[in-house]
Amino acid sequence: MDHQNTVVRPNEERLSKFEEHVGEGKAVEPRDWMPEEYRSHLVRQMSQHAHSEVIGMQPEGNWITRAPSIRAKQILLAKIQDEGGHGLYLYSAAETLGISRVEMIEQLQTGKAKYSNIFNYPSLTWADIGAIGWLVDGAAIVNQVSLQRTSYGPYSRAMVRICKEESFHQRQGYEIMANMMNGTADQKEMAQDAMNRWWWPSLMMFGPHDGESPHSANAFKWKIKRHSNDELRQKFIDKTVQQAEVIGLTIPDPDLKWNEEKGHYDHGEIDWDEFYRVIRGNGPLNKQRIAHHVKAHEEGAWVREAAEAYKTKQAQKYN
Amino acid sequence: MADLNELKYTYSLRLGDDAWILSHRLSEWCSNGPFLEEDLALTNLALDLIGRAQGFYKYAAELEGKGKTEDDLAYRRNERQYFNHLLVEMPNGNFADTIARQLYVSVFEYYFFNELKNSSDETFAALAAKTLKEVKYHMAHAVDWTIRLGDGTEESHWKMQRALDSLWMYTGELFEMDEVDNELLQQCIAVDVIALKAKWQEHIERVLKQATLKQAEDAYMQTGSRKGIHTEHLGHMLGDMQYLQRAYPDAKW
Repeated sequence: MDHQNTVVRPNEERLSKFEEHVGEGKAVEPRDWMPEEYRSHLVRQMSQHAHSEVIGMQPEGNWITRAPSIRAKQILLAKIQDEGGHGLYLYSAAETLGISRVEMIEQLQTGKAKYSNIFNYPSLTWADIGAIGWLVDGAAIVNQVSLQRTSYGPYSRAMVRICKEESFHQRQGYEIMANMMNGTADQKEMAQDAMNRWWWPSLMMFGPHDGESPHSANAFKWKIKRHSNDELRQKFIDKTVQQAEVIGLTIPDPDLKWNEEKGHYDHGEIDWDEFYRVIRGNGPLNKQRIAHHVKAHEEGAWVREAAEAYKTKQAQKYN
Repeated sequence: MADLNELKYTYSLRLGDDAWILSHRLSEWCSNGPFLEEDLALTNLALDLIGRAQGFYKYAAELEGKGKTEDDLAYRRNERQYFNHLLVEMPNGNFADTIARQLYVSVFEYYFFNELKNSSDETFAALAAKTLKEVKYHMAHAVDWTIRLGDGTEESHWKMQRALDSLWMYTGELFEMDEVDNELLQQCIAVDVIALKAKWQEHIERVLKQATLKQAEDAYMQTGSRKGIHTEHLGHMLGDMQYLQRAYPDAKW
């Protein structure tokens, strides 16, 4: 008994100290003690976030070779590069929790780790590049701004850097939409069509309603999460509706209307069957996205091996 | 003799095309790189090249004086009106093919822009000075990878050697001079590329030796791009690149 107590008590003490520390709004750093659940929650969330950045390169990459002007190509390529860079910071930040990038990639490729559902939808026209920048990055920013104050230090610092770049992306996406709405009838139609296809999936990016969000309770207690899914979703809707109106786009939701009393927009119900269908792997492009990642990874194996072999040879030479 | 501006227009257009077409190829690596850092490195090269193309196209449009923009030049010409070297339109192939193409091109460009920065034409000189800084990095990237792949594993060595050998026949074109080059050379505007050949060859040999690779055997050198005669690859690339501009000619993006 005594023996058991000595084992258990320090952990309980550490846990209450940890919770006190977090409760005071202080950051947790990699070398600090943390509950295993906190660590695993973060590994799951941060790796999912990193994978989203990386998989998100695909739908946008789909239009690089067809970007319609030199400037558009430059902006798009630089944006995708930023996303890749975000993936890198986030992988490194997640590595501070004791998981390697190789393991994370394996989890992505075997379906154990997820990435944002939104990237399982296809980018069909050039207007989709505008819609992704404006709506998808716009939704991501709302979430990420909130994460700048998340309790895990490396994650919060990565978010500060990432948010700066994301807000550029959002403006650039909006500019594409605005130019098209200012353009020919074909362009307007293309822009509205992209709006119709990306609106609902963008709202789904915030996750299920608060009551149905499986990982929420501890995430709030430990200040990994600071705002609820519904709260963040509402924030996104409120700011985006006005932006759409300014350039003449219609939000594809007949139930959308301003609620004077609440000071927010009311909106129609999200198709949660679709949400869960895509999460379970049956979105339009789940299989394609992972297959693309696996293919590039496998085709690059010999390059990574060669770089390792060369490094080993050089080390031997100089030892 | 053609008007000086016309000659300079052609010269600028050719340099723009080389950068534009190669940037397109490199941008195709996006999300396909062997690992994330290298994916970003390749698209970084592409971004430099897009910037360079924009500079030379802009100058060409100005020299032409017909009110065209750099986008008109990049997007509204046909297969026979592009003058990039055949080498830069070659498909990416595997990573070694891309590195071999980068090695041949970037070593050439290093010597080329080092000369062009002394051009008596101020715009060419300024564009060249800016480009040279970027090209040094491109060359270092290509050289490092050539050595790593050449002296890496048996597989990487073999792939790199095959890539170098198969692209060799497109390198002869880099050192061709036609009437545009000769006329402009007389005015100290253009670069004497024939004079660069020995330096280029020596530089490549040095890298290959370090990489335990062999210089490709002499082959018949392909030619044609300066007259707008390309490989079959270019048309497909333009089909993709120009799709929106051609499908919606009245639209501004």
